[in-house]
Amino acid sequence: MNNKKRIRVLAAKPGLDGHDRGIKVIANALMDAGMEVIYTGIRQTPKQIVEAAIQEDADVIALSILSGAHDYHFPKIMELLKERGIDDILVIGGGIIPEEDIPKLKECGIAEIFGPGTNTEDIIRYIEENVKR
Amino acid sequence: MRCDTLKLKEDMDRWEKGLEEKLKRFPERKKEFINTSGIPIKRLYTPLDTEDMDYFEYLGFPGEYPFTRGVQPTMYRGRYWTMRQYAGFASAEESNKRYKFLLEQGQTGLSVAFDLPTQIGYDSDHEMAIGEVGKVGVAIDSLKDMEILFDGIPLDKVSTSMTINAPAAILLAMYIAVAEKQGVSPDKLRGTIQNDILKEYSSRGTYIFPPRPSMRIITDIFAYCSEYVPQWNTISISGYHIREAGATAVQEVAFTLANGIAYVEAAINAGLDVDRFAPRLSFFFNSHLDFFEEIAKFRAARRLWAKIMKERFGAKNPRSMMVRFHTQTAGCTLTAQQPLNNIVRVAFQALAAVLGGTQSLHTNSMDEALCLPSEEAVQVALRTQQIIAHEIGVTDTVDPLAGSYYIEKLTDEIFHRAEEYIKKIDEMGGAPSAIEKGFIQREIQDSAYRYQKEIERGERIVVGLNRYQVDEEHKGRLLRVDPAVRELQIKKLKELKENRDNSKVEEALKRVKEVAQGDENLMFPILDAVKAYATLGEICDVLRDIFGEYEPITRIR
Repeated sequence: MNNKKRIRVLAAKPGLDGHDRGIKVIANALMDAGMEVIYTGIRQTPKQIVEAAIQEDADVIALSILSGAHDYHFPKIMELLKERGIDDILVIGGGIIPEEDIPKLKECGIAEIFGPGTNTEDIIRYIEENVKR
Repeated sequence: MRCDTLKLKEDMDRWEKGLEEKLKRFPERKKEFINTSGIPIKRLYTPLDTEDMDYFEYLGFPGEYPFTRGVQPTMYRGRYWTMRQYAGFASAEESNKRYKFLLEQGQTGLSVAFDLPTQIGYDSDHEMAIGEVGKVGVAIDSLKDMEILFDGIPLDKVSTSMTINAPAAILLAMYIAVAEKQGVSPDKLRGTIQNDILKEYSSRGTYIFPPRPSMRIITDIFAYCSEYVPQWNTISISGYHIREAGATAVQEVAFTLANGIAYVEAAINAGLDVDRFAPRLSFFFNSHLDFFEEIAKFRAARRLWAKIMKERFGAKNPRSMMVRFHTQTAGCTLTAQQPLNNIVRVAFQALAAVLGGTQSLHTNSMDEALCLPSEEAVQVALRTQQIIAHEIGVTDTVDPLAGSYYIEKLTDEIFHRAEEYIKKIDEMGGAPSAIEKGFIQREIQDSAYRYQKEIERGERIVVGLNRYQVDEEHKGRLLRVDPAVRELQIKKLKELKENRDNSKVEEALKRVKEVAQGDENLMFPILDAVKAYATLGEICDVLRDIFGEYEPITRIR
């Protein structure tokens, strides 16, 4: 028996954006890499995402947004996690996110942002190396 | 061109044999050449590939059945395609400025992008709208906003396409109401509403209501427009988003036409005569990277739809059999890396659309993998179309690639493969059932994953991404939407609700509710509600109460 716990990832689409090609491709790649992936589907509120992460005992939250609403949703999710006293979930994000927005998102606790054209193996490696539990 | 096919067969054998030795020493770049639809590409196409094709059955004349060569007899010798850039952001005031800029630049039609709250039927002050107001399009809460959006733009002079689906009836009603205020009667209006809910469930995501009431709203619009807005394209059956979500060219044709079949069936079941509504059906396709595959795709789609309408639905009017379509270049092929390269990608994709006989075209801006397009980027994109139209001579004859052994063979292959898919979907009970079962979503997802793997394994080269990379920094003038837009919209909403006749609004909304519960045409009470300045969110809430909301199935495997 392999006693190493499989990494659990909540793949989530905050906001009203329906572009889910990217998150589904990544979810599939993470599963192929041996992780357990729960996909929330589109149109999730920050609160729903945080609740789902807690309920699913997620090690990682992978957020995807292409509508430009990351500037509201990403910080809001981090704020709600903090309110719940959670600091051991690795939160990463991706989508159409201008480079100049990235420092601000990192400041509020998003660990890394992966833009268009990212290789899924880079995301897998990043998660494996940085997962907190 | 004369050709003795018997001799050609023999000569082909000789030629192939002669190659064998050479290939041992100089092998080709790949073992197999396969396009995105999985169709194997041969080394050489000759008259042998087209010898079984009857010219009249396969091609015919432009403007005539089966329309393979185009829907108009003179195509671009008569008039160029409509150059129509999808645009809209922030407030109605800002977007109105952008439209006037585009018209001044020689654009010939408008294409309205709405923000996500508008597309999903929420007013800007709704909780779900936080962070999204004005982001991917313009925020429209009521007729007031729509009046500002088209201020100074004569609606009898432009044609306007509106990318709106679940609340299409409401936005169309607002457009009609604005026109009336300008003194333009509905029968003068030209334009399109997307109004294609089925691809929202499978690919795009801005659904509100479940399939059954959604189909009813759509057929109500068909019926209403055939009577009162006869020049309006009542639906734009869209493969674009299906392709963007990952589908192949063949899947794009198949899933789009399968959705089209579902709309035609729904309208016929609602008692409409096929030749009354079908001439106003329009289509929307993607123009992707594989140049010849795309050109063949457009031609195959025309021939297949013509056959379906004639043979399956017994249409008599040739206009009912035409695929009139808008094209947009493929957003998903743009790279954030070395964004200037995107200008070149877009140019080839636009050229494929023109050689494929499109009726209107949106060319993507080079910076769209980074942000909303800047004015400069939009201008280059529009200029790309103008260069194709005016400078390179491709518009001087109709369907110039017809007769190419490769193009004709490929057109036929796409036709047959798409037809096979449609047969499979028919066996599942049609597109709505296939979507309900998750079949279409799964097919699209699998193709998307395969495509990504091909890039990651280096089998598919993307210049600047997995080959010829450089270190670069993305700076420059990014267009940003001021977050104060939401505050402005909320303020406008508050003023509206204080100043309108609220008893009239209540009365109108009650009427929407009654009609939604019955089976009269919903367009009438919606038009009245819009004119009374009921908001989009208020009308959608009434409909949500009666119709319920769609529950998506989300599977990743």
